[in-house]
Amino acid sequence: MGSDPAPSDLGWEPAPEPGWVAPHVAAEFPGLAISSIVVDSRPGSTPEAVRRRLRDLSDRFYGAHAVRMRERPIPWAYRAFFRQIGLDPDRTRTPVEDLALERLREGAFKPHGLPADAVTVATIETGVALRLFDAEQLRGNLCVRDSAPGEVLAGRPGELTPGTLVIADDAAPAGLLFGATSEACAVTQGTRRIAVAAVQVSGVPQIAVDEALWMTAATLEAA
Amino acid sequence: MIYTRMRVMPDLLYRDTRTEPLSGGDELLARAELRRQIGRLERQLAAIVAEAFPRFRVDAGVAAAAPEPRALGLGELEAVRDALAAQVADGRRALDERVRLEAANRELLERMLDAPEEHKWLRISRADVGEPGCGHWHSRPHFGPIGMMMGWWRVKVSSGCPLSGRLAAGF
Repeated sequence: MGSDPAPSDLGWEPAPEPGWVAPHVAAEFPGLAISSIVVDSRPGSTPEAVRRRLRDLSDRFYGAHAVRMRERPIPWAYRAFFRQIGLDPDRTRTPVEDLALERLREGAFKPHGLPADAVTVATIETGVALRLFDAEQLRGNLCVRDSAPGEVLAGRPGELTPGTLVIADDAAPAGLLFGATSEACAVTQGTRRIAVAAVQVSGVPQIAVDEALWMTAATLEAA
Repeated sequence: MIYTRMRVMPDLLYRDTRTEPLSGGDELLARAELRRQIGRLERQLAAIVAEAFPRFRVDAGVAAAAPEPRALGLGELEAVRDALAAQVADGRRALDERVRLEAANRELLERMLDAPEEHKWLRISRADVGEPGCGHWHSRPHFGPIGMMMGWWRVKVSSGCPLSGRLAAGF
């Protein structure tokens, strides 16, 4: 058996860019990874095709799905990881469960415009946790590391507690791992290039991560 | 290698004041084992919650060990593991009790169907026997007061409210 073909070999353009994880964090959490994809796209209203997709997803999704979702491998992997990093997934919801709850509360996956709806579609279809950043505000590769003393998250009062797990670029934290995004690199109306990042944890297969990134990129590019 | 701010790089890669959770050696293995146990317990709890749905709600909440995501220390991981284990035990106990209760109710329902006159006015809902929907079985007299005086009892089956079914289908 040969190794799996790279996404670019399969014709997936742009190919996902692997990020890195600080060595001591990787030692604690084998399987933790981040990869991203950059798309030339700007925020806008939800196209009709995406609205249709959201309606189709809403029709396929019931309360029982939301409850049983936690038994499925990928949502379970994120729930377990949340516990392992000190979060209660029943309070700080995993991305897919957060969307599931919104579906039950609102009665449907309501359109919120792009790029948020592209992430909703990909997250519900794959279960993978995705984040959005303004690609032009990022410097270098994305990584997952623990915060250093004195670091802050732009737009949030106070310093980060040293050791907080963050997604960062070469310069500063871009967001909490599963939490708030830095104002400095959040997607705004002025964004012209969007970085879609997937946070992979142990138990989440690479193919699901690639699919989530590709699906988001394809939705954004088609808009 | 990647950190470009010289102030940050040495601190992250060569920090000699590491936070407690990131110390290595045997503790690293112990933490890995605790994380494995937490994952296993989370799976068991998920199965219990799913099995209980929609009959009753199992409390799966375990207080967050940290306000923000971070690598937990040995003690914190143990606390999460123990809290999860307690929730699994409580959930399993609640589920067992519920299963026993439903089995007893099913037996009672069979007895009521065989002899309605011995179970006058008894009403057993579908939820009482662990079935979905809001229907029920009700031991009632034929022809109202006349049947009551004559001892003509029967079990009336209600299929429940049609609206709830339509709403469920819609959602």
